[in-house]
Amino acid sequence: MPDTITDRVPHAPDTLAITLTVNGVERTLNLAPWTTLLDTLRLHLDLTGTKKGCDHGQCGACTVLVDGKRINSCLSLAVMQEGKEITTVEGLARGEQLHPMQEAFIEHDAFQCGYCTPGQICSAVGLLSEGKAKSADDVRELMSGNICRCGAYPNIVAAIEQVLGGDRR
Amino acid sequence: MIAKPTFPDLLHAPGAQIGKPVSRVDGRLKVTGAAKYAGEFNVPGLLHGYIVSSTIAKGRITRIDTSAALKVPGVVQVFTHENRPSLAWFDRKWKDQDAPKGSPFRPLHDDRIVHSLQPVALVIAESLELARYGARLVEVEYEAEPHQTDLHANRENTFTPGKDKGGFEPPPPPRGDADKALADADVTVDLEFTQAAEYHNPMEMHASTVLYGEDGTLTVHDKTQGALNSQTYICNVFNLSKSQVRVVSPFVGGAFGSGLRPQHQLFMAVLAATELKRSVRVELSRPQMFSFGHRPETIQRVALGASKDGTLQAIIHEAVQESSQFENYVEIVVNWSGQQYRCDNVRLDYKLSRLDLHTPLDQRAPGAATGVPALEIAMDELAYKLGMDPVELRLKNYTDIDPNSGNPFSSKELRACFRQGAERFGWSGRKLEPRSMREGRELIGWGMAAGVWDAMQGQANARAVLGLDGKLTVASATADIGTGTYTVMTQIAAEVLGLPIEDVTFNLGDSSLPMAPIEGGSWTVSSVGSAVKAVCDMVRGRLVKLAGKMEGSPLGDAAEEDVVFADGHMSLRGDPSKRVAIVEVMRASGTQSIEEEARSIPYYLKRSKHAFGTHSAIFAEVRVDEDLGTVRVTRVVSAIAAGRIINPKTARSQILGAVVWGMGMGLEEEAMLDHRLGRVMNHDLAEYHVPVNADVHDIDVIFVEEHDDVVNPLGAKGVGEIGIVGVPAALSNAIFHATGVRVRDLPITVDKIRKGMR
Repeated sequence: MPDTITDRVPHAPDTLAITLTVNGVERTLNLAPWTTLLDTLRLHLDLTGTKKGCDHGQCGACTVLVDGKRINSCLSLAVMQEGKEITTVEGLARGEQLHPMQEAFIEHDAFQCGYCTPGQICSAVGLLSEGKAKSADDVRELMSGNICRCGAYPNIVAAIEQVLGGDRR
Repeated sequence: MIAKPTFPDLLHAPGAQIGKPVSRVDGRLKVTGAAKYAGEFNVPGLLHGYIVSSTIAKGRITRIDTSAALKVPGVVQVFTHENRPSLAWFDRKWKDQDAPKGSPFRPLHDDRIVHSLQPVALVIAESLELARYGARLVEVEYEAEPHQTDLHANRENTFTPGKDKGGFEPPPPPRGDADKALADADVTVDLEFTQAAEYHNPMEMHASTVLYGEDGTLTVHDKTQGALNSQTYICNVFNLSKSQVRVVSPFVGGAFGSGLRPQHQLFMAVLAATELKRSVRVELSRPQMFSFGHRPETIQRVALGASKDGTLQAIIHEAVQESSQFENYVEIVVNWSGQQYRCDNVRLDYKLSRLDLHTPLDQRAPGAATGVPALEIAMDELAYKLGMDPVELRLKNYTDIDPNSGNPFSSKELRACFRQGAERFGWSGRKLEPRSMREGRELIGWGMAAGVWDAMQGQANARAVLGLDGKLTVASATADIGTGTYTVMTQIAAEVLGLPIEDVTFNLGDSSLPMAPIEGGSWTVSSVGSAVKAVCDMVRGRLVKLAGKMEGSPLGDAAEEDVVFADGHMSLRGDPSKRVAIVEVMRASGTQSIEEEARSIPYYLKRSKHAFGTHSAIFAEVRVDEDLGTVRVTRVVSAIAAGRIINPKTARSQILGAVVWGMGMGLEEEAMLDHRLGRVMNHDLAEYHVPVNADVHDIDVIFVEEHDDVVNPLGAKGVGEIGIVGVPAALSNAIFHATGVRVRDLPITVDKIRKGMR
């Protein structure tokens, strides 16, 4: 018999208890170690604001902030994120007060279907703290990891520039 | 600019809502992550499905072994053609509102494989990870048969389809003698165009979550452009009654046509839920998003003949497209070529070639997006042969009558699009000669094209409920796939009843709501918007009657046309001091609410005597690196004539997005098949290129004023498709102007430009 995958069936892995801090709240979960941060957020914490657009790190829809830095949550396992501050789109507003980036996205109509939007906004918030974007061209380049199939790019750039401009003042 | 009002009250009232750049009413939900899409409804005990896809393009399954998968603790069941339940037999039961002629694909039907990536098994498990793992353990053996997936190798192996799909008429019979006129013409071009297949790839992958009720009823969260379409499909295929199935889709993460037909994840999720009596979600992976409908690959010939002054003497447009072995997908790409210009000798021909691929599927501006660029590149080439400005050539052959039908257009402000677009772009300074502009290493080119799309309307219903508190809820089972339906319907309702936007709620995406057709073809504002207007007009009539019955009514017995609705008040036309608040009328009436339901039907009689279309002129600037052949699209001006614009903010976004789609079609998007395997090889978002932020620069959108009181009661035509049509041609023409290289094979990638430059 050839060595097929059937001959090597391992059992489903055991689960581990892990503690994550998401949007300032500590949560302890029992997870299989192969669970991505993205699926943990969406399926185990019911934080479905973070989107799955490819599961391959190719589209940016799953962007979240880890210790303020933007990452693709589909390319990270939840077990790798213990002890870190994870911020998702649900954690950007302060109560009823939207984050200025969220306000700017609404004002500039920087989305249509809204599916890439949480990733765009988290990515844009990450971009602000990186301090690298000095021009509209910089914004375009540094936001190119977040695909928007509706093609709202000009409005996304306008929204981010508005917030960047506010920061400069 | 906004189109003129069609009705006296609309737009004249203070606080008018139509024509206002209102921000999306669902915006807050979308920027906070609160908007829930089909794959985001979580319930305790939800099962997860993962699909196993075929690795061959044609043949049969000889053995399918699910035992290893089933051994994994947490894997609940594996469905294949061998253990699926008995389902609907007749083809008509599997048809949906967008099905073409033929036998719709039936997932897990039998051992036959008809295309690569065909779903062959569904693994159901307690978690997504286990389902995915289980899917890897399913062993499938195939007996492969020779397949045909190459359109070019099969371009002669064709047939002529009939009226095989709704919304598309076969080409009209020839006018005059186009072949003779072409042979006799002073100046001719005779060109072949090719275009790769494109996949919709909305950001949200297709997903369905089926919630299994204790009483066996199903609540289905589906990614769809028509909740009713999915509901009917499920009921027909699984022999369920409509009362047992409710389909809900309040938010759809893009679709662009991919949600016009129920996709196989819906079938799979319902199959598992009904068999296991559990709630189930099935979500496709990104590679599996290449396993169903797509914009078909196309080969076209466009031949034009003109006299020396540029008058068109002949138009010949022939096209061959792929369809599947089991359905006749048609999008009759050639018809717009008989409509756009005045010409006495026209021959249009459209054929299909059957390939071992899944049936194609409408994608943004189906047909026109493919056919119009071929015509518009040919027009540019003709302009060069004539030594004539490309805008002049189009104006020379302009028509206000649709030559295909002989009917006048209900409105067609394409001249204004050319004029205003050219002015905004600065076209008048253009030298005809290619390679006449450069900056450093970059060659600069300016190109233009015209675009056209239909202005269709279907029947639709809407319900309105006005409460004692003066708040209005309007509903229809339509969809908002990012198009702005929530917002524009809210505006229309607010406008008719003179209410603030905040006092109006519009509900959609639910099969329990009044009937609306699938959302596609840019007909939703026209169809559903007209129903919303109609039902709000009925509420308005009721309010006028109730106001007349009030003691000491300030409106007296005024007729409906003498009452103005604005700012939550009703007042007498001519004497605004005579006014009463709508809430006061409601309170005085003793009723709890006013409820109405209306059906809007197109003006069939008027429609039969007119042709309908949206039109555009696109001007583009490209910069091409002389050494590398890379293209940057630095400026685009898109001037649109689409009747009255309900919301210039969301309408502009539609056009911006469609221009980006045109850039994708023109420069990037291409399903690359390995014909040895009969399979799309670049089936993910790293290899299938779509425009990213850095690809997109200035896009300027102009809405020209266009008045139309024939098209529908709103005078609005819809803007979902028109923005893409013609864009690839404007880019190709601009690249020629920059480099002197003509590329008639979309997408125009670096290799093709470099080949021409050598």
